[in-house]
Amino acid sequence: MLHTIIKENAYQDSVVLMLLTNKISTMDGIERVSIMMGTPANKDIMGGSGLRTPELEDASANDLAIVLDTEDASIIDAVLAEVDEFLLSQATSSNETADEAARTWDKAIKMGADANMALLSIPGTYAALEAEKALDEELNVFIFSDNMSIEDELHLKQKAHEKGLLVMGPDCGTGIINGVPMAFTNIVRPGKIGIVGASGTGIQEVSTIIDKLGAGVTNAIGTGGRDLSEKIGGITMLDSIAALEKDPQTDIIVVISKPPAKAVRDKVVALLRKVSKPVVAIFLGEKPTHHEENLYFAYTLEETAKIAVDLLNGKAIAALDETVSVPKVTLQPSQKHLKGYYSGGTLASEAGMLIADALHLKAGLIKQDGFVLKTEGNEVIDLGDDMYTQGKPHPMIDPEKRIEMIKQAADDAETAIILVDVVLGYGAHMDMASELAPAIKEVKAKAKAAGRELVVLGTVVGTTSDPQNLVRQQEILTEAGVIVCESNNKAVRTGLAMLGHYVNDPDKTITAPDSTVEIAIPEVSDKVLALLTTQPSVINIGLKSFSEAIRETGGKAVQFDWRPAAGGDVTLQKVLYFLNNYKKA
Amino acid sequence: MTYQTIDEANKAVAAKIVASSPFLLDVVPAKQVIPVLEGKVLLHAGPPIKWENMPDPMKGSCIGAVLFEEWAADEASARALLEDGKVEFMPCHHFDAVGPMGGITSGNMPVFIVENKTDQNFAYCTMNEGIGAVLRFGAYSEEVVERLRWMRDVLGPTLSQALQTLENGVNLNVLIAKAIAMGDEFHQRNIAASLAFLKEMAPIIVGLDMDDNNRQAVIKFLADTDQFFLNIMMAAAKAVMDGARMIEEGTIVTAMCRNGENFGIRISGMGDEWFTGPVNTPQGLYFTGFTGEDASPDMGDSAITETFGVGGMAMIAAPAVTRFIGTGGFHDALSISNEMLEIVIDQNPNFTVPTWDFQGICLGIDARKVVETGITPVINTGIANKKAGAGQIGAGTVHPPIECFEKAIVAYAKKLGMTV
Repeated sequence: MLHTIIKENAYQDSVVLMLLTNKISTMDGIERVSIMMGTPANKDIMGGSGLRTPELEDASANDLAIVLDTEDASIIDAVLAEVDEFLLSQATSSNETADEAARTWDKAIKMGADANMALLSIPGTYAALEAEKALDEELNVFIFSDNMSIEDELHLKQKAHEKGLLVMGPDCGTGIINGVPMAFTNIVRPGKIGIVGASGTGIQEVSTIIDKLGAGVTNAIGTGGRDLSEKIGGITMLDSIAALEKDPQTDIIVVISKPPAKAVRDKVVALLRKVSKPVVAIFLGEKPTHHEENLYFAYTLEETAKIAVDLLNGKAIAALDETVSVPKVTLQPSQKHLKGYYSGGTLASEAGMLIADALHLKAGLIKQDGFVLKTEGNEVIDLGDDMYTQGKPHPMIDPEKRIEMIKQAADDAETAIILVDVVLGYGAHMDMASELAPAIKEVKAKAKAAGRELVVLGTVVGTTSDPQNLVRQQEILTEAGVIVCESNNKAVRTGLAMLGHYVNDPDKTITAPDSTVEIAIPEVSDKVLALLTTQPSVINIGLKSFSEAIRETGGKAVQFDWRPAAGGDVTLQKVLYFLNNYKKA
Repeated sequence: MTYQTIDEANKAVAAKIVASSPFLLDVVPAKQVIPVLEGKVLLHAGPPIKWENMPDPMKGSCIGAVLFEEWAADEASARALLEDGKVEFMPCHHFDAVGPMGGITSGNMPVFIVENKTDQNFAYCTMNEGIGAVLRFGAYSEEVVERLRWMRDVLGPTLSQALQTLENGVNLNVLIAKAIAMGDEFHQRNIAASLAFLKEMAPIIVGLDMDDNNRQAVIKFLADTDQFFLNIMMAAAKAVMDGARMIEEGTIVTAMCRNGENFGIRISGMGDEWFTGPVNTPQGLYFTGFTGEDASPDMGDSAITETFGVGGMAMIAAPAVTRFIGTGGFHDALSISNEMLEIVIDQNPNFTVPTWDFQGICLGIDARKVVETGITPVINTGIANKKAGAGQIGAGTVHPPIECFEKAIVAYAKKLGMTV
């Protein structure tokens, strides 16, 4: 039976209507259908297919005419709904190009319809609000920004946890999501090891050593440095461990942190005991004396990586051979001190820890003014500390401060050894070795002229896939006279050995758990699991280079050129907030 | 508030824009539909302005209109009349009308009548005079006035007669939808719509009982005047936006216009109130021999087209003019239109743009989004010589000053009870 529906004054192009006719004709219960503008010529065409109805005569050239042949008159509403939806959807299909940027959340969400993560690198005072919006959009959030209050952090993490989302950071410098680098990150070979860490350079050192050892990484999740504080309680750490336990591509779990609050540590360790996958944990600064069944405790970042790779390869875990070959150098009797100038905070901490251990220091490990260690002429400084970066680029980007420190230390006749790191990867300086090399050559020559041999020990944190190329950076440093070691651990131990100091590494036995805290494995939402197992699609709010790095390595990124609302005008921001949240009383 | 939130109110305003159905019904002397023009009154573009603050081209238009209305016999006495305050000035917008450039509209000028059948409201606009020395750009020579007389005596009545033969007038949504697919954006380029309009009118006009010389002149004028449809589009957009602003809530921009001194906007929640800021001078391309130095500050009610979602807001629809309006070509036009999506609340499915992958035109400029992002609407415009009588010297784009939008949302927040 024929049914006629006339939509008055609804002009549509004929191509659109042909597509629409095809679509409607596939609906169940439709024998035949024709949808056209009601022009005389079109009426003739419809007549030719036997669809000319008396009602059709009333349609004008400006009316959309639908003639349906169906035995089921109840279908007409569904057809009309389908017609409306089709006409609407063809109007909103998007054709955004990759190099286009969004300026508002609405557009960012439209451009990144399949986005599963927001990456924030905007000033910290604004980051909490934008992170909240991202969570409201059901996105996992990676917060590179720092200077967020701990109250905001707690609120965001609780909200994320309840929604089944992950908040990485704030002050999360690095991450790898299903093989794609986020923020300041190395290009690490894809593999089977999943990392969760409360330390950016800690993750970088461990993941690049894993790469150097021939293994690879599934995901590296940064939690932000405060996640394991008493206040936050390790929300992201616990959820991430549970997620890696569920991630089918992860075989080994690595946990990196500084020693957390006791209650939080107990919770984390309890969860690590509960997971089925082998775990390596490092609480940097603690000197573990034992392992547990399926849960291995490492002392250094290098050991962490090595245990993980050994576990992956099914090898028994034995104590590492930490002997270092000591190059021949002739130090003057005055030369007694080690000085470390680091761009990576965790590498600095590790150096401080090893030096304090070897020298049996009771005091000296401090955390102020960028110093990690300061005692009797020995010093280790984290040049990435706020104290040195206020209004200045990070030392991974800008060599100036480090060169100044190296020169100063070299002039000190008591300095024997200078330790440095060069961190590669996206976001880092494209050729830091060449920036440091002339200064190192100069100070070594100057010391030599003064009758001293000055030792510079270094390590390059990176992989051969990094944009800077690991091998080339190592060569440049070697040419400049730097003794380049394979890890920070090795560099520090080499320096210590030159001065006749050694770290004692006891054998670790497998012992029973030292606490009886019980914890259930947190639920892992589909959204978090999807984040870790599919190609990331990111809305990048802030630094454009992060978008480029994601795209270059196979992820999707929508660039959101964020600016403060209303140009930063506080009154107008309040007005906008009032209007946006206005609800009828 | 009738609506729960401002988003809801804005959606209701946008829904009215989508549901609107403007029809061109007739062409009549302005005073017949705008009774105030029975007196010594001239309507002008933009928010209210005093004679002494008008830019020179708008003053020139006033002189031309005084001569056309025969309120004075020559330029000197016309100027004296105007300077002595003998002529009252009122904005077109206050009488359901819009006017291009100077927007000067007097009682005997023929105007289009457009009805928005959905809301049964009407809008009016004078007819396009073509290019060269024309009143809207400030020219007032005898040639200009003579053309106005011809439009009054021949063109207007002929189109009126032709339109009367149609039971419901011309369905403008249909014309607009067709012409946007043929590369018009309806501010800088109207050639497809103008020809489509001629296609509707020509068969009727050739059959009218009238003088053959006049018939030939009318057809030739319509065929020659590429921008003829612009004024119809303006009246249509005015009718649609006035229908939509019957919802007196929300932050949707319902009018944008300029008078050479100030740029004015209205938002749905603030009714008839104007929010103004000093106009900018357009950026663009100039005819040989002219530069930005010669440009008049921005004028005209034609930005009602952008308010509706065409013109600069639909730059991508008209690749042919993207170079002329001073952008780098197709990709610039694409990024302009994409950027405009940031400040509107939706897209209008009635008017899809083939070169935009069949996305609908911008729908509903949200003053909140303009303030939040700092992105202001882009308006395609002609550029008048700052000296009266010299006419058009180029074309380009112009942006409203952001303070219009800032003032509007602050006023609305106050209205809703916020203490700012």
